[in-house]
Amino acid sequence: MRTNFKAALLAAALLMASGSALAETNFWQWLVNFSRQKEVKPVDNKAYLEECGSCHFAYQPGLLPGKSWAKLLDEKALADHFGEDATLDKDVLKSIHDYAMENAAEKSWYKRSRKIALATEDDAPLRITEVRYIKRKHHDIPEKMVKGNKDVKSQAYCNACHTKAEEGIFDEDTVDIPNFPNRGHD
Amino acid sequence: MKWHKLLLALGMLAAASAALATPATDELFARYKSAGAAGFDAERGSKNWNREVQGEAGEMVSCTACHGKDLGKEGRHRKTDKVIKPMAPSVNKERYTDAKKIEKWFKRNCNDVWSRECTAQEKGDLLKFLLGQ
Repeated sequence: MRTNFKAALLAAALLMASGSALAETNFWQWLVNFSRQKEVKPVDNKAYLEECGSCHFAYQPGLLPGKSWAKLLDEKALADHFGEDATLDKDVLKSIHDYAMENAAEKSWYKRSRKIALATEDDAPLRITEVRYIKRKHHDIPEKMVKGNKDVKSQAYCNACHTKAEEGIFDEDTVDIPNFPNRGHD
Repeated sequence: MKWHKLLLALGMLAAASAALATPATDELFARYKSAGAAGFDAERGSKNWNREVQGEAGEMVSCTACHGKDLGKEGRHRKTDKVIKPMAPSVNKERYTDAKKIEKWFKRNCNDVWSRECTAQEKGDLLKFLLGQ
């Protein structure tokens, strides 16, 4: 009986520990997840996911502060969105802009977003890769693994290495750099 | 007798071309016409689709730079590398079913490749060409 109890306790502990790999997709998962809000809030807006995601990884609003999103998601700015025309209908743009503002880094309680908000107090970077916190997190990764890696090419492709990027999870344990199988787990 | 054959052939042609349209494209063709476009020509559309112009880095680009040479296959965005689903409606049934979406991408892509918006005539020709794929 005792051992059974111990086994159950162990199982429960293991389940809790594996929480970091689970995104909180509903309230109950969120409630039992001990590592809740450690990461970045996953995108939960269909228009945002579709419009942004039709050209690139749909970066979570919690990856940049509101002042950055305001600059990016502006009608004129979108006509030259990093060299591409990404103009949107007025109503679609408004819903995407509002969603990004409401979920921007400084509005979020997710831990990584808090760190991003802190790191961008004095500036409004247009690229997530220019956020000091993000730079720091990636500074020890040699160029050959990113730019020189034909299956990555740039840090802009979050999900090339962050296997759970869509769920807002950027934990080191979930990193798998293509063509460098041993990196990320050492 | 010859008459009937001609009529039959015409009927089949009408049926075939009817299959090459959707309510969305009907709406767009009508809109382009009211914006001053005359008839629409797939041949002209094809030429424009493949017409190469100089990109900002001096390279030659056309619609195929991202959509690929084979419209029945996936393309890849030349900068973002994002996979673009096949343009041919014979392969991809979702294509050309949403007028708003068609217009959105015409606006963006004409600007990106030709550095200007396409005219109603050009859009109609391109659409006619693409629908036949």
